[in-house]
Amino acid sequence: MHKDLEEYSGKLPLKLLQEIEEICPAGKIKKVVKKVYDEYVIAQIDAGEAVGLIGAESIGEPGTQMTLNTFHYAGVAEMNVTMGLPRIIEILDGRKSISTPQMEIFLNSPYNKGEGIRELAMQIKETKLNELVLEYGLNIIDMKIELKLNAPKMKELELTASSVVKAIEKALANEAQIKNEGDMLTFKLKEKDDSKGLNALYRLKEKSKELYVKGIKGVSQVLPVKRKDEFIIITAGSNLKKLFELDFVDTTRTTTNDVHEISEVLGIEAARQAIIDEVFKVIETQGLNVDIRHIMLVADTMTVSGEIKGITRYGVVSEKASVLARASFETPIKHVINAALKGEVDYLNSVVENVMLNQTVPVGTGLPGLVSKKSNEKSVEKVNE
Amino acid sequence: MVEVYLNGRFVGDVENAKEFTDRIKQDRRSGALSSEVNVYFDGALNQVQVESSRGRCRRPLIVVRDGMPLLTDRHVKQLQKGEASWSDLIAQGVVEFLDAGEEENSLIAFSDQEITPEHTHLEISPLAMLGVVTSLIPYGDYIQSARLIIGSRNLKQSLGMYASNFSLRMDMDVNLLHYPQMPLVQTVMHELSEYAAHPSGQNIVVAILSYKGYNMEDAVIINKGSIERGFGRSTYFRPAVTEELRYSGGLMDTIGTPDKDVKGYKSERDYRLLEDDGIVHPEAVVKEEDVIIGKTSPPRFLSNLEEYSLASNIRRESSVSLRHGEEGVVDFIAITENEEGNKLVQVRLRDQRIPEIGDKFVSRHGQKGVVGLIVPESDMPFTASGVKPDLLFSPHGIPSRMTISHLIELIGGKTAALSGRMIDGTTFSAEPEAAIRKELCALGFNEAGTETMYNGVTGEVFEAKIYVGEMYYLKLKHMVANKIHSRARGPIQLLTRQPTEGRAKEGGLRLGEMEKDTFVAHGASLLLKERFDSDRTIVPVCEGCGVIAIYDTLKDKRYCPMCGENVEINDIEISYAFKLILDEFKSLGIYPKLQLKSKY
Repeated sequence: MHKDLEEYSGKLPLKLLQEIEEICPAGKIKKVVKKVYDEYVIAQIDAGEAVGLIGAESIGEPGTQMTLNTFHYAGVAEMNVTMGLPRIIEILDGRKSISTPQMEIFLNSPYNKGEGIRELAMQIKETKLNELVLEYGLNIIDMKIELKLNAPKMKELELTASSVVKAIEKALANEAQIKNEGDMLTFKLKEKDDSKGLNALYRLKEKSKELYVKGIKGVSQVLPVKRKDEFIIITAGSNLKKLFELDFVDTTRTTTNDVHEISEVLGIEAARQAIIDEVFKVIETQGLNVDIRHIMLVADTMTVSGEIKGITRYGVVSEKASVLARASFETPIKHVINAALKGEVDYLNSVVENVMLNQTVPVGTGLPGLVSKKSNEKSVEKVNE
Repeated sequence: MVEVYLNGRFVGDVENAKEFTDRIKQDRRSGALSSEVNVYFDGALNQVQVESSRGRCRRPLIVVRDGMPLLTDRHVKQLQKGEASWSDLIAQGVVEFLDAGEEENSLIAFSDQEITPEHTHLEISPLAMLGVVTSLIPYGDYIQSARLIIGSRNLKQSLGMYASNFSLRMDMDVNLLHYPQMPLVQTVMHELSEYAAHPSGQNIVVAILSYKGYNMEDAVIINKGSIERGFGRSTYFRPAVTEELRYSGGLMDTIGTPDKDVKGYKSERDYRLLEDDGIVHPEAVVKEEDVIIGKTSPPRFLSNLEEYSLASNIRRESSVSLRHGEEGVVDFIAITENEEGNKLVQVRLRDQRIPEIGDKFVSRHGQKGVVGLIVPESDMPFTASGVKPDLLFSPHGIPSRMTISHLIELIGGKTAALSGRMIDGTTFSAEPEAAIRKELCALGFNEAGTETMYNGVTGEVFEAKIYVGEMYYLKLKHMVANKIHSRARGPIQLLTRQPTEGRAKEGGLRLGEMEKDTFVAHGASLLLKERFDSDRTIVPVCEGCGVIAIYDTLKDKRYCPMCGENVEINDIEISYAFKLILDEFKSLGIYPKLQLKSKY
């Protein structure tokens, strides 16, 4: 690093320093970095600014103008995505299962030209046994199910009867013996208990419909789309972990809208960025304008603990130090009783508690204190709060 | 086979539903069956429903047979001469009432031009689709439907001559418009509903013009001269009622001027208007807090101690007095008995209401306006012929609301005033706008309805021609005098020591949760504390046990009920609401211990 920049390391973010070094001619670095530092200090938020509340108001007010309509893509292959207020609530609540999980799969270089993209998409899509079966036949006498497979469909999916058997064998190992003759499959019930034979047979049939054969679990729909000058695949249903095992997937750009999944696969920092991107995307499509820093603050509070916590009474709010602050937000009785049992102490350090007690809130003008000595008295006298 | 139900109860089957229903209809029209019977064949359920029960909504229609309405010119003539009546038409089967069910089996023509052989009935008038009140709005077919609904809602709130025996009635909370008029632009419903017996508005000269910006955003400007001539003047009646109640033990209320030793005695001044019977005299001018009816009640609870003491016979003051901010004149007094035979006193107060800034006025087209300014007549704009408008309406209220009928009524009213005849503005059959314009032109005015106007202050000519004419305006019952409210200090609630809520209780305006947030967002911490100081209290706290201690004013000593006098006790300032929640915690068996420390 340039020597003029070194004294600012720690004072300015590394990214800024690198940028200066990159762009600036070496002779002017000293002057520029000084100027940048001054600007940086000015741009910082003052101590005592009610950042969280301003953020809440800045997101909440435009939120009242948002429509509850879900957005529809026009076209043949429609893919419905939750948008608008319900989506924002879903993200900020930190829900484990979201209503419309979706992935955007970017492909590595030779594959993203569009050739054979349908085949790739079919590899990703989860295929269940039901989709391959033309006809189910229940043979009550021999206690077996006869399945007629759909040969053209199998060909399309590059499957053979034996590969199908292989895929489902394990799941049915305890219940049935599988035989395969041409494009006919036969499940013979393992006779452990004859008494409920017919019921068991029926249950087996229903179970076999849902058996996983091929593709990525959870992906129920695939849609190849051209974005700018490459082809990508949009999916309904999300499973990043399994997807990243495929070699044609560009793991650096592929994303999902399931924030929890990102947190598991890519880590908490990625999840923070995902929260920001997802919330901002909704606000943007609604034609509203919210400064991204407010959303960043929300994403930060949701992820500081290392796992995603929603802005709910079970999430972020339950982490609050103050009993009174927790009690003022939903289920007060629960919090008061638990606090009484533990003998919790409330140090009155944040805003809500102090409003309740009618004390100055430790924000803005309420933050600084002043202590002075009166000349004629020994003790320290209160002058100003 | 078709099932037949009479008033929802199964009674039998018929082979041919059509034949059966036709027979019933025929019998009803000929008079063999009551005219109140309706029949309905439900093809989906294969049922015939015959209805004769009460509570069905039915409406009259002209019967059509073979593509010809049964009502002929002969009938109309007879009706006009008074030789036939409505019931004759029903008896002859010319007109019949259908209920919702039978309507399903009918094909009703909207007008006689569109009748085909399939039609079974003909609408008497397209006006039937509107209600009584909505039919009172002229040119209702030239207005957005939403505005028409607002217009009819406004009509229901307008002041007028609600009953001509008002002087003998003891109504609660009623208004009476002085000098009510019939509208110049009328509809048939005005005649049908005998509107002349209870008119509720006045014809005034309206100019669509902005003036100094005081009619922005649904405000109107009123000519002071018009008010002085009686425009929009009304009287507000409010009764005060009380009765002598009987209590257990032979005790009862007494109406009369309370003695000075009565518990809760106000001041002699407050009782000054009462006569010997304890009731105000008629025509007395009463102001806020004055007693109208003096009354005392027996003590509420007799505790053991009080029962034997001399003070036990002290009665309670329970007079009826005027509430805060009320005033008026005693108009009428009635002394009677109620159902239980108790003495009942009713006093009616009267208060003249002259239009003032904040009163609400509307036209009949959902065009509301609150008085924004009252202009001296000398400053009012005037036309070339010297006419000064009574009311100025902002032109910005027209385009987005699309109340074309408002504009048509204005020139209609103008033509009516100039020609001396009423204009018919009945919805769907009104006098055409073009004819009105033509007539206006013939009367020597611009057919566009505009006139050259002059600035009332400077006398300069306005560059634009102004649209002026007569309109029927209504004064609504929402008047500022009933709503104005402010408070600097006043009553507080007993439980929380916070200010009371609402105008009736002279309450404060709440600075709520979200309003609080704006203070915090601005970092105005000290200002926020000051705003929330309304229930501030100073309580002594025992440092030993952390519970609120006691301050003995007489001895000027603080002590703790648990730790005694030899502990450190310090005063702290908190909101009373917080003290209250600490007490509530204690009642739940939770020990809220306060740990004090110096803030600095």
